[in-house]
Amino acid sequence: MTSLPATIFRELRDPLNLVRHLPTLLAVGLVLYAIVAGGYVVALAGFALIYAVFVTGLNIFMGLGGQASFGHNAFAAISGYTSAVLTTSYGWETLPAMGVGVLGAVTLAVIIGYPTLRLKGHYLAMATLAIGLIVYEIAVQWQSVTQGYTGISGIPPLGIGKWEAASDRAQLIVLSLIVILAMLSAWRIRNSRFGRALVAFSGSEDAARALGIDVARYKLAAFVVSAVYAAIAGSLLVHIVGFVSPEVFGMSMVIAGFTMLYVGGIGAVVGPLVGAVMINLLPETFRGLKEYQDIIYGVALIMILIYAPGGFASMSTLWRGAPSEDDTIARDPGLAVNALEAKP
Amino acid sequence: MLDVKQLSARYGHVEALHLIDLTVGANELVAVLGPNGAGKSTLLRSIMGLTSSSGRVTFAGTALPRRSASAIARRGVVLVPEGRGIFAPMTVAENLQLGAYQIGGGGAEFAARLQHVLSLFPRLKERLSQTAGSMSGGEQQMLAVGRALMAKPKLLMLDEPSLGLAPKVVAEIMETLGRLNAEGLPILLVEQKAPLALKFAHRAYVIANGRVAAEVNPREIKSYDELARYYFS
Repeated sequence: MTSLPATIFRELRDPLNLVRHLPTLLAVGLVLYAIVAGGYVVALAGFALIYAVFVTGLNIFMGLGGQASFGHNAFAAISGYTSAVLTTSYGWETLPAMGVGVLGAVTLAVIIGYPTLRLKGHYLAMATLAIGLIVYEIAVQWQSVTQGYTGISGIPPLGIGKWEAASDRAQLIVLSLIVILAMLSAWRIRNSRFGRALVAFSGSEDAARALGIDVARYKLAAFVVSAVYAAIAGSLLVHIVGFVSPEVFGMSMVIAGFTMLYVGGIGAVVGPLVGAVMINLLPETFRGLKEYQDIIYGVALIMILIYAPGGFASMSTLWRGAPSEDDTIARDPGLAVNALEAKP
Repeated sequence: MLDVKQLSARYGHVEALHLIDLTVGANELVAVLGPNGAGKSTLLRSIMGLTSSSGRVTFAGTALPRRSASAIARRGVVLVPEGRGIFAPMTVAENLQLGAYQIGGGGAEFAARLQHVLSLFPRLKERLSQTAGSMSGGEQQMLAVGRALMAKPKLLMLDEPSLGLAPKVVAEIMETLGRLNAEGLPILLVEQKAPLALKFAHRAYVIANGRVAAEVNPREIKSYDELARYYFS
């Protein structure tokens, strides 16, 4: 299998590919700028990176698996609250608390995924929406643990052992490393047997079944894997902000995640990063327009989706005039050729 | 090899198949003919476990599970579905890899199967890195058949492989199927174009209104009017 660095090198050798990957390079550049510049943009970049992890999970379930979920905020909430409660009330360290949070989210994903994933299309979307709403209500009502709307404050920052990422820049560097790991793992998943099976049944469940793919099992696996990303994002969010309340994991998180997924490029490995950075920074670009800011932001989003329906990650099609042969850097067309050449 | 007994299937209140009996022997190419809506595709989908049905289907002496296509595929029964069912956003190479899903995407066994498929359809070799959706209809059909062959089937079922293709391409695909059959691969072929199917088939079933209207020997058919009578029986 071709390695990721080799794929990136091959992509960037061609000047046209440099243009194609401009949105990705821009997103990476903006994060680097935030690390260097500091100030308010650090907070924005931090949120963007956390959402990049959250949306990477959505991208596996929706972009590769072709399913719909409006309830991944539930997994972020479970992990986020678990992390917050264990660190503030029981004095746990950040990493084990996050681990337990992720485990809790995975458990819920398995329990609810098994019956729910029998549904398809809009029905699945509605069922997952209900899960998100139920978890939100629990966060509001279970005041003895979650402290309701008041929320939990004083959550420690990210850290390992005695070391804590106390400064904004340190947090941003840690988040950047986590996002790199998230992207790499998503790339590996996309190029694995599992990833190919997901893309297959997103195209045709019957055709995938007829090839021996256990669609129900892989759907559940994709749901659980995507819940892991959402859960990690949920825990990161509470440790970066230092506070959690039900609103943090409300419907706004789902809507933001969807917007980032589609603006960035659904199905493309780098789409979540591009989308998260663009959606977090785009409103700031229009700040000078004051009361017209939201209108212009809305129009900009509509224009993006009209003229680049595959998101920023597929912008190459705008000037190529043909479908991008490689709308994700994850594609590895040489696999079969390599196997053929490897034959003794 | 394949023995279908009393197979019935319904879509709600509509009976799509009624007590179908059908066999495919070792090394046989059996055609299923019939007009639109006769139940030919439902027959293949029922055998494959993609549509709920009643009756008994045995393959190589053991009963096939009725609602688990993936388990049936693992037994070596592979379907090339109507409309090809290729995975359009994936490359040709990835589609072929998925065909060999059960053995993973690499290794000597995979390479041997790939070489076999590419020797049958050399055009796919030139298209390995191309997205499957951007190929012509004929190439997509070759890919669909090639992908099925990557699974190393013990029985290959094809649903209307000639649909929407130019005659020259159809001939190329059918000749390949004939060659595979001659090498010992049993084939169950659903086809509307009766003359085409009968040219290669050892036996044929005519299905009308979800029932077997006739079992015919292609070499004994004097005229297609005779077949047409069964179509409208």
